[in-house]
Amino acid sequence: MSDETGTTETIICVRGLRNGFGDQLVHDNLDLDVRRGEILGVVGGSGTGKSVLMRSIIGLQPPLDGTVEVFGENTIGRDETEALDIRKRWGILFQGGALFSTLTVSENVQVPLKEFYPGLDPALLEEIAAYKVVMTGLPPDAGPKYPAELSGGMKKRAGLARALALDPELLFLDEPTAGLDPIGAAAFDELTASLQKTLGLTVFLITHDLDTLYAICDRVAVLADKRVIAVGTIPELLALDHPWIQEYFNGPRGRAAVAGPNRRVHEDKRG
Amino acid sequence: MRAPADFERSDENGEAVLRFSGNLSLACLGDLPARLETVDGPIARLDLSKVGRMDTVGAWVVHRFARERGAAIEGLGGDEQHLLEQVVAAEHPIQLPPPPPGSFTRALNEIGGAVINSGKTLYGLLGFMGATVLSLWHVITHPRRFRFNATVQRFEVVGVGALGIIALMSFLIGIVIAQQGSVQLRQFGAEIYTINLLGRITLRELGILMTAIMIAGRSGSAFAAQIGTMKLTEEIDAMRTIGVSPMEALVLPRVFAVVFMLPLLGFYSSVISIAGGGLLCWVDLGIPPITFIQRVREVVPITDLWVGLVKAPVFGAIIAMAGCFHGMQVEGDAEQVGQRTTTAVVQAIFLVIVLDAFFAVFFTNVGWI
Repeated sequence: MSDETGTTETIICVRGLRNGFGDQLVHDNLDLDVRRGEILGVVGGSGTGKSVLMRSIIGLQPPLDGTVEVFGENTIGRDETEALDIRKRWGILFQGGALFSTLTVSENVQVPLKEFYPGLDPALLEEIAAYKVVMTGLPPDAGPKYPAELSGGMKKRAGLARALALDPELLFLDEPTAGLDPIGAAAFDELTASLQKTLGLTVFLITHDLDTLYAICDRVAVLADKRVIAVGTIPELLALDHPWIQEYFNGPRGRAAVAGPNRRVHEDKRG
Repeated sequence: MRAPADFERSDENGEAVLRFSGNLSLACLGDLPARLETVDGPIARLDLSKVGRMDTVGAWVVHRFARERGAAIEGLGGDEQHLLEQVVAAEHPIQLPPPPPGSFTRALNEIGGAVINSGKTLYGLLGFMGATVLSLWHVITHPRRFRFNATVQRFEVVGVGALGIIALMSFLIGIVIAQQGSVQLRQFGAEIYTINLLGRITLRELGILMTAIMIAGRSGSAFAAQIGTMKLTEEIDAMRTIGVSPMEALVLPRVFAVVFMLPLLGFYSSVISIAGGGLLCWVDLGIPPITFIQRVREVVPITDLWVGLVKAPVFGAIIAMAGCFHGMQVEGDAEQVGQRTTTAVVQAIFLVIVLDAFFAVFFTNVGWI
């Protein structure tokens, strides 16, 4: 695999990961590298353990075997105080947003700030929460609302605002565009790409959305047969002969996504 | 990477310039925002050319300061300029929550709110009872719609599942009543009346009342939490769209279960209480079981049993309906499930005790003394 970004520093390094529930093995001998500054898309069929992989990397799911290093430090089996230093440096968007339902959106964004930087001035906290909320594409009046008052897409954005609260170096997104309308999904992609560019983020992106893969991902990792069967740019993956990859990218939806950018130029009716 | 953010002031051509250095990022910010507040006098320019890494929080702090003092920001690279523009674009006036009212106003407000809320809840509960009766009528006229399996399953959960804990509770309560009663009655040499006390109070009052409280805590809360969670996950809506009435599928089986199980459990509880008391009488007062049973049959009129058994289904209906009603009232978030569950149990126990007082007066007036 050629390195086009010019940086070779590895931010996430997974080696020999094995995960399972009961008799069922989800991952077996799984290896994965994520480089600094890239957007890595993770794809795979339903039930191939994409979310489990993310949970293993962030330390929520202790694996049966293998090592996971993030920022060069082992994340498995660390004690809480040491783990905090790493947690400061990443942000996570869960599938459903996972907002704290008893707090407003603005308070949700302030939680990590208050937790890791207790000395910050309350007025500054409010201001930071306010611009983060708008930055993620929410209307300004969403700040004082409770998660129950938001739609599914707005919850995702609020979740992203919380994930970005600490200006992390590494961002985990679990199906960020699932359940969004195409316009909202495209806006979310643009937002991710622009944040990645301006903040120099590394993004670990689990998705089913082919448009997202084509639009913003630098590399794509394919999960199948309990491990990562291929990592590379989409043209590199297309050159491979694996049946699932061919089916995935060359199926009707895959072809539609390739045609997408051109279609947007030629047809004003769309969207 | 870890250089803390700092700034120094210098004057160039009579203009005040702040030169920032270090990393303008959240981790390295330290007390910079507070120190910026202390800078006085007009500032013409902010020079950021020596700044290492800048994140949105750093950009925000700089932008806010520049806006307040009317200073120009310079020395930014392309990416940092872009970042600053994004932060500036996201700026908007924040809506601060209104200041909290004074304590007197707040107390009045809370009392008023609680009164209105209780009234609404009582009204809603009455409406819910009406709806339950209506759907009961519907099931009677269309017997095929009766959910036999669901009801029997509830019988097991509500009735059979509670046998152990109710036996333990009743046995101990029987012992306590007999023990405390005998200690007092012995002062008059009337220990033998312990049996009257025990037999009559358990059958008339305590057996049913304690069982009702136990079932309210055990099953009423479960009903509220189950139905509330189903409400949150849109299962109830899904049922409605498929044409299944939640009243028939969820509420009626639960109401039936408690209405049928509570008399049985109450009787069972009374019997075990008497057994517990009998054991104490045997050990402590030397009354053999045969004599004890003989005595119970003499002193406890059959009407005591009826008093208990008449009350039980009414209590059961109240407990089940309070649980289901509050479950159905859940809206919004997970916290509501907890609140509604608590309210369901508190309300069920409260109503049971109020009704019990009415029953006591009623039965005395009809001569079942």
